[in-house]
Amino acid sequence: MTDLTELGVAQIRDGVAGGDFTAVELAEAFNANVAAAQEALNAFIIATPEKAVEAAAATDAKRARGEALGKMGGVPIGMKDLFATFDVQTTAASHMLEGFKPQYESTVSQKLWDAGAGMLGKLNLDQFAMGSSNETSYFGNVISPWKRSDGGNAALAPGGSSGGSSAALAARLCPAATGTDTGGSIRQPAAFTGTTGIKPTYGRCSRWGVVAFASSLDQAGPMARSVQDCAIMLEAMAGFDAKDSTSLDLPVPNWEAALSGDMKGKKVGIPKEYRVDGLDDDVAKSWDDGIAWLKDAGAEIVEISLPHTKYALPTYYIIAPAEASSNLARYDGVRYGLRDLPDGANLQDMYAATRAAGFGPEVKRRILIGTYVLSAGFYDAYYTQAQKVRALIAQDFAQAFEQCDVILAPTAPSAAFGLGENVDDPLKMYLNDVFAVPASLAGLPAMSVPAGLNREGLPLGLQVIGKAFDEQGVLNAGLALEQRAQFAAKPEKWW
Amino acid sequence: MTESTYRIQGATGDWEVVIGLEVHAQVTSNSKLFSSSATAFGAEPNSQVSLIDAAMPGMLPVPNRECIRQAVRTGMAIEAQINKWSRFDRKNYFYADLPQGYQISQLYHPLVGEGSLTIEADEKAGIPADKVIGIERIHVEQDAGKLMHDQHPTMSYVDLNRSGVALMEIVSRPDMTSPAEAGAYVAKLRQILRYVGSCDGNMDQGSMRCDVNVSVRKPGEPFGTRTETKNVNSVRFVMQTIEHEASRQVDVLESGGKIVQETRLFDPTTGSTRSMRSKEDAHDYRYFPDPDLLPLELDDAFLEECRASLPELPDAKRARYVGELGLSAYNAAVLTADVETFAWFEALLAETASAQDKAPADVAKQAANWLISEFFGALNKLGKSLEDSPISHEQAAELLALVGKGTISGSIAKQVLETMFETGDNAGAIVEREGLKQESDTGAIEAKVDEILAANADKVAQYKDGKVALFGFFVGQTMKAMAGKGNPQVVNEILKAKLG
Repeated sequence: MTDLTELGVAQIRDGVAGGDFTAVELAEAFNANVAAAQEALNAFIIATPEKAVEAAAATDAKRARGEALGKMGGVPIGMKDLFATFDVQTTAASHMLEGFKPQYESTVSQKLWDAGAGMLGKLNLDQFAMGSSNETSYFGNVISPWKRSDGGNAALAPGGSSGGSSAALAARLCPAATGTDTGGSIRQPAAFTGTTGIKPTYGRCSRWGVVAFASSLDQAGPMARSVQDCAIMLEAMAGFDAKDSTSLDLPVPNWEAALSGDMKGKKVGIPKEYRVDGLDDDVAKSWDDGIAWLKDAGAEIVEISLPHTKYALPTYYIIAPAEASSNLARYDGVRYGLRDLPDGANLQDMYAATRAAGFGPEVKRRILIGTYVLSAGFYDAYYTQAQKVRALIAQDFAQAFEQCDVILAPTAPSAAFGLGENVDDPLKMYLNDVFAVPASLAGLPAMSVPAGLNREGLPLGLQVIGKAFDEQGVLNAGLALEQRAQFAAKPEKWW
Repeated sequence: MTESTYRIQGATGDWEVVIGLEVHAQVTSNSKLFSSSATAFGAEPNSQVSLIDAAMPGMLPVPNRECIRQAVRTGMAIEAQINKWSRFDRKNYFYADLPQGYQISQLYHPLVGEGSLTIEADEKAGIPADKVIGIERIHVEQDAGKLMHDQHPTMSYVDLNRSGVALMEIVSRPDMTSPAEAGAYVAKLRQILRYVGSCDGNMDQGSMRCDVNVSVRKPGEPFGTRTETKNVNSVRFVMQTIEHEASRQVDVLESGGKIVQETRLFDPTTGSTRSMRSKEDAHDYRYFPDPDLLPLELDDAFLEECRASLPELPDAKRARYVGELGLSAYNAAVLTADVETFAWFEALLAETASAQDKAPADVAKQAANWLISEFFGALNKLGKSLEDSPISHEQAAELLALVGKGTISGSIAKQVLETMFETGDNAGAIVEREGLKQESDTGAIEAKVDEILAANADKVAQYKDGKVALFGFFVGQTMKAMAGKGNPQVVNEILKAKLG
């Protein structure tokens, strides 16, 4: 019998429904992998094996009663620890929220449970989703299961902020996981680990109950090991939510049913501004491979221009920290979470002590940047200007999409880097998101699919960016790439 | 326009006062601006707090349509521009009563733009003529919670019941130049809010509070530096604040000092203001558009519904009472002063007209005069207000009909009203039971008149010699002889005829 933990969402759903195995035995197999890898990979902040088994048993019972199973019936998943889960510790990987047990369930996680999924545990991430390497978590680094093929044993970054999600997927600790993407936090970790993830159009998935980083950018999405699995899971996660004013009031399409890798009649745009000087050779090559594959799938390739691309990163690093500086003001030690109350402290002292102890250096850096760009005298020069540039970036895409249906680009400028390599240089770290951020600023759907391995044997991802609301176009182009890339590599188990 | 002559007399001459008011009015609605929590006053601490109000991680605001509707209706009532596109901004600062660490407000694009209201001339108060006071804007925002410092020796407690309740901030132009004008403005604004039903206007419960901006200048000079006195919670205190603050500023300026732009607090026990924080300590609120909320866009149907739901407003009602009902300006002002009064009057008027089978305009004066001079007086004596009146307007209308039809006289009606208050019985039943029906039979009255004239032959002679003032004496004697029940009109006619 095949190893159950190699199975993806569709296979599990069909296998459980068809009686090939029970949901409980499958959940237990994943629970075992989670437990075995925890010390080495640190992908989870907490494991919840009993939750996984409980949901699986419910699915099995439903099947026994002859009832129809949900879209995610019998599929155990990892839940990024940014989603509030009822009575289960929800930390955003921060000391601030250590021990915090929400008495509510995020809309997205509730929808997944309603669709029959079960929870293997809460996945590690960069603190408050701020980071590109999962090195800012209060609960320690996540170690990528991948190793370079140079014989060295350097610990590699799984990407961030959804680094727990990506590492767990690559290491077969779960068949699917939730991610959130503010400026690449689904796509870049997927690219680093040879996994697949889609950030849908802004507003597709409710933000209610997701710890906020930058409200106008935050968007939840699925991460899995195939395009089809992402489509299934996205259907379960998406949908209008009256509790989120920015939620899209649109029906959720049946993306899985309409999946097709046939690109005949489709135009694929190649943005010339993404072909930056000194682009990594392997990344450039994988991009060329992608172009060839989509051509092979029947697409016409057109060169497009996104002239404001070079301003995207600075724009992002004004808007996201500005929003974060305000969103994180609620962590003040008054009502929940950490309170540091030194002897004789007044209210101001308590704020200072609590926030000094509760936030890590990267979070503090962004709060400071955000506070600065919103402050009197600097607001217009930074924040207002950034909003204008953001509008221009969105306009770039709108004009490009008059000439093409989807855009193909690399997901990240390099493969996974070693832990610690970029921690002393925030700017270098931020550059990881240079290809991911423009689509975030424009609120567009974008996904990363594995394209192959670089010369060091590490995965590289290709990014497909689509028109607003056209997740189908993105998934279909992603499928065309997946069918041709034939990416079957997986990390050799060392943990 | 006739300007106010209010001046502060300083050692160096007269000073003018310039006043602008920011009124925070709590929106009447069942739930908060961005959450479904209740808004009732005086509930147990922290019993009306949702996850959103407590700013739990991942919680998001959703605008409450009713709060927006009330603010739009208020804007329409002051004939203001309604902005079909507005937006919410975050005002960032840390305080323990502010769970989000920011207040959701509207700085850049308020819901309601330029409007105005008119304060009426009041010679006695020093307002020589009607005056239009400009209103710059109304925006909606969240209220904060409340800190309680008296519950524990070393700690403060937080009550979040008020956190997130919807407020309208109504910002006037600096158009007021005397404490009386400012007082009249607040009273008029409160009256309009109560008519519209968008705020209960209860200043003692904090559902309406004023930030008072005051500066002084020599006539003809540009505006001086202003101070802002926060959270003043009665019309009288607003006036006191201005009086105190204006003379304090004059004292400072005349002794060579400078006015510091600062926030001050009013102390009701001393009637004075004191400094709270200066501009240098002012927060940098880092306003920016709230990314959790989309811009607020209002469609025509919504605006039409808001407009259609507006009641007749105070100025229009007062004009109608004078123009259509023929009431005096004074009576019209009294009867339109607040919602309870005009509601009572209009109900009474309808009942009275139908009880006497007349048009409302034909009985309006009777009803108005009786309500103001008899009924309010009687209520006052009992220490009761209209809401807890012992009799209904139907009962009052029956009493007025008895007077109108000549069944009882006005003076008997007073007596009947007293009995109604005591017993709750209907007027007709009391008149019947106590035999108070007026005597209109000319024969019976003539007989009494003849008796009186015969018994007072000397006075009749004096009257005929020209001492016409004695007429009243004869009326009084006749009425007395008839135990007050003679129809005064008939008595007059017969006396006139007999005395020649």
